[in-house]
Amino acid sequence: MAIALSAITMLVLIVLFIIKEGLPFIFKIGITDFLLSTDWEPAAGKYGIFPMIAGSLWVTLGAILVGVPLGLAGAVFLSEFIPQWAMKTIKPTIELLAGIPSVVYGFIGVMVLAPLIREYLGGPGLSIMAASIILGIMILPTVMSISIDSIKAVPNSYREGAFALGATHWQTIHMVVIPAARSGIIAGIILGLGRAIGETMAVIMVAGNAVKLPNSPLDSVRTLTANIALEMGYATGMHRQALFATGVVLLIIIMLLNYIAMTAIRDRGKKK
Amino acid sequence: MPKKIEIKNLDLFYGQFQALKSVNMAVDGNNIVGLIGPSGCGKSTLLRSINRMNDLIEGVKIRGQVLLEGIDIYSSKLEIYELRKRIGMVFQRPNPFPLSVYDNVSFGLRVEKFKDKKKTAAIVEKSLKAAWLWDELKDKLHKSALSLPLYQQQRLCIARLLAVEPEVILMDEPCSALDPIATMKIEELMLDLKKDYHIVIVTHNMQQASRVSDVCGYMLLGEMVEFGRTADIFTNPKDKRTQDYITGRYG
Ligand SMILES: Nc1ncnc2c1ncn2[C@@H]1O[C@H](COP(=O)(O)OP(=O)(O)OP(=O)(O)O)[C@@H](O)[C@H]1O
Ligand SMILES: [Mg+2]
Repeated sequence: MAIALSAITMLVLIVLFIIKEGLPFIFKIGITDFLLSTDWEPAAGKYGIFPMIAGSLWVTLGAILVGVPLGLAGAVFLSEFIPQWAMKTIKPTIELLAGIPSVVYGFIGVMVLAPLIREYLGGPGLSIMAASIILGIMILPTVMSISIDSIKAVPNSYREGAFALGATHWQTIHMVVIPAARSGIIAGIILGLGRAIGETMAVIMVAGNAVKLPNSPLDSVRTLTANIALEMGYATGMHRQALFATGVVLLIIIMLLNYIAMTAIRDRGKKK
Repeated sequence: MPKKIEIKNLDLFYGQFQALKSVNMAVDGNNIVGLIGPSGCGKSTLLRSINRMNDLIEGVKIRGQVLLEGIDIYSSKLEIYELRKRIGMVFQRPNPFPLSVYDNVSFGLRVEKFKDKKKTAAIVEKSLKAAWLWDELKDKLHKSALSLPLYQQQRLCIARLLAVEPEVILMDEPCSALDPIATMKIEELMLDLKKDYHIVIVTHNMQQASRVSDVCGYMLLGEMVEFGRTADIFTNPKDKRTQDYITGRYG
């Protein structure tokens, strides 16, 4: 109890600290200038983080486009077509993938993926696309394991009901099982999304980190997380506060996502 | 003219365990067939072998024949999906899909890739009417089926079947989750439906069997001890074991 309380206290303190350091800056510079200006030149007193917001959103969207179809297909395959005993070893293995340090994913992205993109599709290689693919793979374990859990939680009586009406296995899956598991699947996607938007190391390594609005998936971008990590080493004064303010924006985005995920999970509980 | 359903010397094994022992029975004419017997005697197993639901269970072995109008349903002459459309099933616990009332009833049509919206709506209405649900649910068609009370859920499951116009309806203790009034309503509904459908009902409840069935089978430990007219089984059983069960000395 005491440990739990001190853990919570610590989290609250961290959040309060970030807000205290960042919020005054946002008000000083003006919320629209901060969020919507595309000029980020701390040396010249210009603090517009719009390119980074766009970078984070593009990269996260890309990760979803890569990770969700793969994750869902994998989850359906593993939970509906694989015998129970095999699942017992496969699922922990998938969850283990979530524990691989992100620098390893980033390293593979730099060494393998980026050169491939540069060679076959053009651009600098280090790009939205590279980051999307790497992040998409990184969120696979989250999306998959939560989707598997929610597909497994669909009562067998639904499947029996569908089979008894002459439905094929595929029809049963897409007409009954997935709709029944939908809120859990959505929660998994949103948690994956949170992971993607918060990921830092791998993204710094593969996204290229240029501060400009991208024109194509092959362009390089900088994300909010990368912005903080790259500049914190030498930032002082206003610049330092600007990075904290970036953290506040990130925090709000992530809290929103978690809130949506929680509501999705809660609605699912209510329906049963 | 072959019988609607004829079961010949059916053995069924769950792994090593033999759950059905050389069962014979037939479903024909405008009769409701009742299956009674103590818990675990194989009633559900027998019922589920008529629409091949046991195929979903690993390690099930079947010997003998189940003929639908003379055609062996376990042969390749009859596709399993086709079979299940012709022989529908109502389960012990109402199991409507977590979809709207409308989508539940139209489910079988969507399975058949039936696209005509107008006709679908007409079939939904007709099926709900046939299950005596239309008046109760016509304003709730787009509500989740899971929000309905159990007794409506079970009739919804019946409506869902009627929409695909099966020839035979198998019911596995359809009233065991329902109160006496809801049970009576389902029984009346069955008597109404028997004009158009062949019905087989498994029941724990002997009064129910005597009320609704015309033909009845008594099962014990995987055997069909006696199969005949319900009136005969209840008043004049041939087998001593049936007699014991009927008079309440067993189970
Ligand atoms: N999936 C299964 N695997 C192994 N054995 C099973 C399985 N399903 C049923 N059995 C066994 O087969 C026998 C018959 O079961 P069944 O469910 O058909 O009985 P029942 O007459 O319907 O009983 P109840 O009245 O309790 O529903 C039982 O001894 C049961 O334990
Ligand atoms: Mg049973």
